[in-house]
Amino acid sequence: MKFIRIIPRLDIKGPNLVKGIHLEGLRVLGKPEDFARLYYEQGADELIYQDTVASLYQRNNLTEVVTRTAENLFIPLTVGGGVRTLNDINDVLRAGADKVSINTAAINNPFLINKASRAFGSSTIVVNIEAIRQPNGSYLAYTDNGREYTGVKVLDWAREVEERGAGEILLTSIDKEGTGNGFDMELIRMISGVVTIPIIAHGGAANVSHIVESISAAGADAVAIASMLHYSALNRNGSLVGKYEEEGNTEFLKKNSSFKVFGKENLLEIKDQLKKHNILSRVLKKKWM
Amino acid sequence: MDVAIIDYKMSNLFSVQAACRKVGISSVITSDKNEILNAKIAILPGVGAFGEAMKYLLNSKLDDCIYRFVDSGKPFIGICLGLQLLFESSEEFGSHKGLGLIKGTVKKFQFIENQSVRYPVPQISWNKIRQNGTSWDQTLLCNNHDNDFMYFIHSYYVEPEVKSVVLSKTIYGDKEYCSSIQYHNIFASQFHPEKSGPVGMKIYEELKNKLTN
Repeated sequence: MKFIRIIPRLDIKGPNLVKGIHLEGLRVLGKPEDFARLYYEQGADELIYQDTVASLYQRNNLTEVVTRTAENLFIPLTVGGGVRTLNDINDVLRAGADKVSINTAAINNPFLINKASRAFGSSTIVVNIEAIRQPNGSYLAYTDNGREYTGVKVLDWAREVEERGAGEILLTSIDKEGTGNGFDMELIRMISGVVTIPIIAHGGAANVSHIVESISAAGADAVAIASMLHYSALNRNGSLVGKYEEEGNTEFLKKNSSFKVFGKENLLEIKDQLKKHNILSRVLKKKWM
Repeated sequence: MDVAIIDYKMSNLFSVQAACRKVGISSVITSDKNEILNAKIAILPGVGAFGEAMKYLLNSKLDDCIYRFVDSGKPFIGICLGLQLLFESSEEFGSHKGLGLIKGTVKKFQFIENQSVRYPVPQISWNKIRQNGTSWDQTLLCNNHDNDFMYFIHSYYVEPEVKSVVLSKTIYGDKEYCSSIQYHNIFASQFHPEKSGPVGMKIYEELKNKLTN
């Protein structure tokens, strides 16, 4: 019996929860802590906080949000974005994160993975691979939210990060991210066939069928989902709406538009439906709901 | 001070302290021997490598402090690597001697694929804890139930020599392993109670009860 993990991913820009498409065009949705609490209460298995701008501006302003979250929500929290050095990792862990995800710094300096996994334990180090499918069908890894070309082959890189001591791979399809067109099955299948560490599939989920196929047909051990949960949360939880700082693109919320492509289910319902497909995950006892 | 969280520079101590704070237990993160010995309860948390952790405990003489604390009869708690360190040896990167407070060894999971289901290593997963014939009454699990979900993140598991210390078992892949132990005043778990949501927090609430009664 295997239990898979459903991991809400919260992209954060400054004080706000944001969401884009292909990691671009970020829209402000609300306050990250409010969404995080809702997902915690609905049985999220872990949380991912991704600082969307730190990697570009070389800063990390996420620590206060991380600390407030870790003080109150007792599930694992992975934090990424702008983490460049062992000191950065230490700071993020001291702030209350349980795991740290790295992409740009790992590709620029692969030895960081060895050093970090030795210093903090393999299971603390998540390598985020941002993949873009090439016209010839191969996949290349990009950095800085899919903006920077590296020439590194995803297949080789996945093997290498495992060998260097990464505890887990967060596998992002930039092509699918934010689109709701479903996961990149071929990408997930390719990587789950070559590594023995867990893979978190990310990018493209709009409904339960997408999650089902990423697990049963492609071998994902966990899925990171964002739009699907955030839009459902906004539609169904009035208290989340209208709470954001005036920073960034807030037009989307003001117009009260919603993305039709994404399912309406909340986390509890998603897990319930997965069970019908024989995909098991932690369920919360009724009295905690 | 209620609880001393033993700092051996290798752990996410924040979450253990946050969990204590949540249930109203005062705690200090420390490697000061007097502070540890004077606490009502000591917690040995841990993430990371067995060998490195033991080296630090030995070099800083914290091993001796742990033996004295356990001898005092006060509750001693190990979490994750903090469970594994209590055993005699680990097969991680060769062989390492542990604290030897509990007879048995620490072994590594083997990656398996079973009917096209992968069981990756490390196990990073919520998983069920199952009763092992011994009652959970009087232990920190007394408010928990058979098949409760807890959060696991580990590549190694413990194999106690004396089966009566096994408080719960958990299945991963083709392996049924010991996921928590109770041995006199020592309670230790492979899972992270402080990361296991409301169900895991029951363990901290029981700790609070123990302090008040």
